[in-house]
Amino acid sequence: MTMTPSSTSTTSIRTSGSRLGYRFNLVGVIGFTIIIAWALVAVFAPLIIPYPVGEIVDLDYFGPMSRDFWLGSDYLGRDMLSRILMGARYTVGISLAAVTIACFSGVVLGMIAAVAGGWLDTVVSRFLDALNSIPSKLFGLVVVAAVGSSIPVLILTLSVIYIPGAYRFARALAVNINAMDFITVARIRGESTWYLIRSEILPNIVGPVLADLGLRFVFIVLLLSGLSFLGLGVQPPYADWGALVRENIGGLPFGAPAVMFPSLAIASLTISVNLLIDNLPQKIRDRSE
Amino acid sequence: MANLVEIRDLKVEATTDSGRRVEIIKGVSIDIANGEIVALIGESGSGKTTIALTLMGHARPGCRIAGGSVSVGGRNMAALGEKERARIRGTEVAYVPQSAAAAFNPAATIMDQVIEVTRIHKLMPPEAARAKAVELFRALSLPEPETIGSRYPHQVSGGQLQRLSAAMALIGDPRLVIFDEPTTALDVTTQIEVLRAFKSVMKKGGIAGVYVSHDLAVVAQIADRIVVLKGGEVQEVGTTEEILSDAKHPYTRELLDAFEPKPRGAAGPAAPHPAPLLEVDTLIAGYGPRQADGLPLVRAVKQVSLKVEKGRNLGIIGESGCGKSTLARAIAGILPAVSGSIRFDGRDLGRSARERSREQLREMQIVFQYADTALNPAKSVEDILDRPLAFYHGMGRSTRSARIDELLDMVRLPRNLRHRRPSELSGGQKQRVNFARALAAEPKLILCDEITSALDTVVAAAVIDLLKELQRELGLSYVFISHDLSTVQAICDEVVVMYAGEKVEQLAAADLAGGARHPYSKLLFSSVPKLDTGWLDGLDHQPELARAFGRAG
Repeated sequence: MTMTPSSTSTTSIRTSGSRLGYRFNLVGVIGFTIIIAWALVAVFAPLIIPYPVGEIVDLDYFGPMSRDFWLGSDYLGRDMLSRILMGARYTVGISLAAVTIACFSGVVLGMIAAVAGGWLDTVVSRFLDALNSIPSKLFGLVVVAAVGSSIPVLILTLSVIYIPGAYRFARALAVNINAMDFITVARIRGESTWYLIRSEILPNIVGPVLADLGLRFVFIVLLLSGLSFLGLGVQPPYADWGALVRENIGGLPFGAPAVMFPSLAIASLTISVNLLIDNLPQKIRDRSE
Repeated sequence: MANLVEIRDLKVEATTDSGRRVEIIKGVSIDIANGEIVALIGESGSGKTTIALTLMGHARPGCRIAGGSVSVGGRNMAALGEKERARIRGTEVAYVPQSAAAAFNPAATIMDQVIEVTRIHKLMPPEAARAKAVELFRALSLPEPETIGSRYPHQVSGGQLQRLSAAMALIGDPRLVIFDEPTTALDVTTQIEVLRAFKSVMKKGGIAGVYVSHDLAVVAQIADRIVVLKGGEVQEVGTTEEILSDAKHPYTRELLDAFEPKPRGAAGPAAPHPAPLLEVDTLIAGYGPRQADGLPLVRAVKQVSLKVEKGRNLGIIGESGCGKSTLARAIAGILPAVSGSIRFDGRDLGRSARERSREQLREMQIVFQYADTALNPAKSVEDILDRPLAFYHGMGRSTRSARIDELLDMVRLPRNLRHRRPSELSGGQKQRVNFARALAAEPKLILCDEITSALDTVVAAAVIDLLKELQRELGLSYVFISHDLSTVQAICDEVVVMYAGEKVEQLAAADLAGGARHPYSKLLFSSVPKLDTGWLDGLDHQPELARAFGRAG
């Protein structure tokens, strides 16, 4: 790049957030705000729900939106707003835990395989490829049906399903970095594999890995909702968003808000995560001012 | 209209990612007459390619032509619409890129790509275009002009591909051809053939040319006039003769000086009892699976022996692919040698870096050609230099910090650079950091693998001076690998010439041209361009010899 120092005339067109040395565009900010809002809801849900989750409060079922029940009532006459707010806990919490475990294990294994190479790489890659060849829904169904549904089982199942993907992704990135001369320099300095992974490779792949984490989060939310829809997810009277859709699917012919709003909640979270990872803040390289 | 090209007060602006506007070309005016070849010369970042691209009305992404006019054949390229520009490109103005390998589509035959211009502009029927292409191949002295078009890009050599991309540019009968550093990536022996072919075709057709380069000696062979650029401004304009013999501007003189590096002051005769620091004996190294005889499929280094004495420097020279980098990698233990021995400082070294002790690794450091890939882009200069200090010497935090300052002083970098990342440094600065990291280990021997090849002439000369100075202060030895004869001559005591994996001969650096006996060495030494306009024409270069040592395919 050709950059001449400050002798030239400079006109400034600044975008928001550039004072921190980062540029963050509007779409990214919107996505980020929605995610933060849902995260806050998940944390503070018990304090803000207007009615207890399991209590039948409306005389009508599939009730319309009204002053008492902002998002209507479900197939038993329970308050939808309360159920969605509490559902955020399960949807956001389980998915977040699962995605963290999946990406951490996948990325660490991927980097080790790329740096070590040889038989270790072959063994780990083939094993995870084999795991990858099992359809994710089927795998989830079998495990949850066999072991029984509980939150730890759900988290572990979801992470195991998504480890191979994270592994493949991280390994592909790490293999490219591994071919660079600075890795060769570190190797002939006599550095250990652990140092190579932590200090030389990780800082160079952390950006794409975070983007991948966002994407995988979306998949996990959708799979969890899918499992709950099939009745294998969070068990009643509690419900995550997918389970709410399933419970109230009977209201679809009546256009009941009880089936619309959980769907909208899933859509808003997954779309926001996608918007955010497509528009992550970018570091501004030009700092000559 | 007297001149084919008239650039008047051209200004090009770039917008940085923080939205700041920077003027990268500041009011440049250049004329080019019909059939004249004008060279744009300057260091990287001087705007030479940017100016050349405006001749096609093109500005790179993020840049725009902010003012002035670029008239080619009476039309202002800066003001035309994109459609009209597209009509002119390829028919009036054509472009030969630096890397022909990247410019060709690997999935289509060469002929299809060469005649594509005639198809896009509907200039002539395909049969006529093919006949014309064959004629051009012949004019560019390509081998087998009749059939070379049916090959794919990977089936011809780099020099041939560069000439083929010239054929691609010339097929639309342009009045102006832009050459963007077309020979920079080629070996000296190949470069000559390519330059010759370009020159004869351009002169025969009376085509005007713009030749972008940073190599004054190459430009001297082909250009009628030279425009010297720096920082987006014209520094000096003159005929080639004038610039070479009577440069006015200090920057031009700097360029000329850099071309003739001061030969290395005699390091004193070898010590009376020469103690070899590094002894390599019948080393064989290569790639690919082991064959039945225990040797690898591709043997890049075949039975090479050499010796480096304490405080003295050995140069290794040869064209790309001759095995010189593989030799360095084998010595450093990156690519374990298959057979042969490496003795360092009186002790046998393991063939692979894993078998060597930390102390042995510390005493021999290697510096790579591309500082871009040799420095971790995610780390600051400080972190990069800090690691060897902690790793080898186990220094405390404050000692390390003080030592980093010393190292930066040693390689003549300002201390406040330590917080920057490699992407925020210039090419020369990066190479200095790269070198400082090797120095941090306090080695006895540094293997320098083409460390100046990616740098501009002036910057490279400064780096070479630095190496010499550090040698005097620290008593280092260098193994200096390069394809550039003048840099090797500037720093080494002895030079090894390699060809096709074998050591051809070993000569004293002071007397390379005179002492060469092997025909390949002679060819290599005679191929280095000289700062003399008549050098290329007067060269009694035997094409048979060049072909014999050239690489087919």
